[in-house]
Amino acid sequence: MDNKKSTPDIKPPHELLSGIQSWRPYQSTQPCCEPILHIHAKDLSIRYHQRMALQQVNLAINQGCITALVGPSGCGKTSFLMSINRLTDLIPGCQVSGQLELKGTNILAASANLLQLRRKVGMIFQKPAVFPFSIKRNLEIPLREHGWKDKTTLSSRIESALSQVGLWNEVKDRLDQPAQALSGGQQQRLCLARALVLSPEILLLDEPCSALDPLSSGIVEDLIMDLRGQLTIVIVTHNLAQARRMADHVAVFWSIKGKGQLLEYGPAQSIFDSPQHELTAAYISGARG
Amino acid sequence: MLASSKTIGEKSTTLLVWTAATFIAIPFCWLVGDLLWHGWHHLSLNFVLAVPQNAGREGGIGPILVSTGLIVGVCMAVALPIGVGAALFLSEYTPHDQVSGRLVRGSLDVLAGVPSIIFGLFGNAFFCQTLELGFSILSGGLTLACMVLPILIRTVEESFRAIARDQRLSAAALGLSKKCSIQYILLPAAIPGILVGSILGLGRAMAETAALIFTSGYVDRMPTSLLDSGRALSIHIYDLAMNVAGGNPNAYATALVLVGLLMMINLIASRIAEQWTTKNQLPT
Amino acid sequence: MTLSSNNISSHSKTDLYFSWSLRGCSILAGSLLLLVISFILHEAWPALTQIGLTRFFTDNGWFPTEASYELTPIFWGTILSAGGSIILATPLGMLSAIFCHFYAPPLLARWYRRMIELLAGIPSVVYGFWGLVVLVPLISSWHPPGPSLLAGVLTLTLMITPTIMLITHSSISQVPTTYIHSAVALGLNRWAVIWRIVLPASRIGILTGIFLGLARALGETLAILMVSGNVVQYPSHVFDPIRTLTANIALEMAFALDHHRAALFMSGLFLMSLVLCFVIVAEALRRKTTYAGVK
Repeated sequence: MDNKKSTPDIKPPHELLSGIQSWRPYQSTQPCCEPILHIHAKDLSIRYHQRMALQQVNLAINQGCITALVGPSGCGKTSFLMSINRLTDLIPGCQVSGQLELKGTNILAASANLLQLRRKVGMIFQKPAVFPFSIKRNLEIPLREHGWKDKTTLSSRIESALSQVGLWNEVKDRLDQPAQALSGGQQQRLCLARALVLSPEILLLDEPCSALDPLSSGIVEDLIMDLRGQLTIVIVTHNLAQARRMADHVAVFWSIKGKGQLLEYGPAQSIFDSPQHELTAAYISGARG
Repeated sequence: MLASSKTIGEKSTTLLVWTAATFIAIPFCWLVGDLLWHGWHHLSLNFVLAVPQNAGREGGIGPILVSTGLIVGVCMAVALPIGVGAALFLSEYTPHDQVSGRLVRGSLDVLAGVPSIIFGLFGNAFFCQTLELGFSILSGGLTLACMVLPILIRTVEESFRAIARDQRLSAAALGLSKKCSIQYILLPAAIPGILVGSILGLGRAMAETAALIFTSGYVDRMPTSLLDSGRALSIHIYDLAMNVAGGNPNAYATALVLVGLLMMINLIASRIAEQWTTKNQLPT
Repeated sequence: MTLSSNNISSHSKTDLYFSWSLRGCSILAGSLLLLVISFILHEAWPALTQIGLTRFFTDNGWFPTEASYELTPIFWGTILSAGGSIILATPLGMLSAIFCHFYAPPLLARWYRRMIELLAGIPSVVYGFWGLVVLVPLISSWHPPGPSLLAGVLTLTLMITPTIMLITHSSISQVPTTYIHSAVALGLNRWAVIWRIVLPASRIGILTGIFLGLARALGETLAILMVSGNVVQYPSHVFDPIRTLTANIALEMAFALDHHRAALFMSGLFLMSLVLCFVIVAEALRRKTTYAGVK
């Protein structure tokens, strides 16, 4: 962890990668996307047993932005995402090294409070993973566990979370029915509500729309766009059109000789319009990946 | 020429297979028919409730049903919490390749194969004598608990492993502690599997005889406490058939009750398992 | 950074207590086998030290009250009854599994399988009772006395055939259909497909079934006790009564004292080692199939 180079912390990470021009701090035109550093990965590497899945990633994610992680399968995007809430701990044989700071606190430190961390960092998976209980219970379990016991608070938080994802009017009469009875899109929105009910600061999305039909996918996408500015959102996606529609920043990951690496990072527009790396250009044009 | 010899071969093997199948079916029908034929007209509400008289030749099986219920109850009350706890530990805390998990699993697999009479010997030495519980319902129930633990743990562990990994990840991603995620998410989700496991264990406990002969004893009176000796249904059948001349009619009726109970138990278990699998196969 | 180590360090005492109580349950369950073995050994110890292992084979007959502890005829009773039943049950079980999978019409196959499952669920005491009231008189009318090795073998056969059938059935249904289709495409007839392709492909499963059946036959107590006459002797033909290790224990435990009791535990130890050999082989085979299946 202490193999830090003498360069200052905010040193553009892309100078470390050869063949890439120096990094320009992104100045957003949208007021919600302030250039305040929220998630900062420094020399982050992830290993599965002895296999290097992600090598020395340096990435600074701004507060309130939507940052899309794109790239072919197996290049370490999801591993990177899961290291932000340390869900990597649950994967046998997975080791994370380097530093990962949330607002300046290294969450990879042994002293990090995992439960608090995960409360502040919500996560949505590819397949909607609703718990096999009632809709209400799905939201109640995390709330109760994090200390909200009062009945009226519980129900008001549940209502506001469900409203936020546009589910309230659809399900308010059947809160006690099993969540699996909902459609795929509704289940994914319930998962979103379940993450939002804890008022997180960061939302991690692992291909949240890829298991949904186009219509539900559009609804979920709009919801995520609505959250822009309120939360820092990191989304893994295979759908480049989606990344182009949603993201403020795009990070392109690539697997080089079996090791995942960060290829290019910058404002969405510049990545899509004038990619710096030839692999990125090929990937975006559809020639590679 | 070739074709005809082939058909003869095919015909004779078909005959062989059908004959073997019939050879199994005949004694089955005979056994069940025999039980029904001799036992049915003996069966009545009075028989089920009444106290056995004249060493069981007359009267009913009331106290024996109560004793059986108590023995099986003690067995499940002890085996269920330990079994679920061990299954949880094996599935949630030990990766598949870890040595400690493999040791426990291996030891349980071997334990499942130990003959029931050996459990009887063990129960007699350990519970009756060392722990000084004597010939009692408690001793019998505890002995049976040792016997059903392996099958219980294996079924319950499988039902925990069948829960999707996404559920665990989502729970962790919400900042739920391990205990909370087990208590509120995994345990409720595995309840059908736990039920099936307990019912299978219950069936095995109820069918058992050899492990009970010298742990719970023979006394056919109504038990007043768990430290009383109590006679299980299976032992009643054994005793009537072997030691009581003229006990056969009541033995038939008791056997019919026992087999009926066990079939009911199996039916319930397979119903639950069926419903569970169809529910799990629904698109999520 | 495995699942266990890191989540236990989730800074929560309740979590720690919880995981330790689960660990306790699993240690308790895992050490049960050791407990059983050590108690049987403890009770058998006087027999081992004061009677000695060899006298169980060299004494003149089984008269425990007169300090004569020869177990050899009882061993033979156990081996002959279990061996005889496995010889009968193996082909019957295999053929009925084949019947169920390849020959029976679907509806009949379903009912047949259900019947076998019921048969597997009938308690041994009921088999014993049926053998006593139906089989034994039948044999007696053919060749007295009736309670005999034959009655024991037949009862055990009836009990272990379902075990073998069910395991064989499940392992032949795991044979990939592509094997069967390509065999049929080669012009093999039904029996040839079964004999040349299906049975060899599922041989490990079948072997597992046979070993488990054998273990069950060796350890069976009540059924064999009720039908086989329980005379301690070397049987000269199948109509002679025999006594098995299990029956010996069940019959004499009630009044056995001191050395007699220790000798009974000793015979339990013999029985257990014999059965566990087969169980361990069956388990090893089962693991082999699951690993092969994964690959």
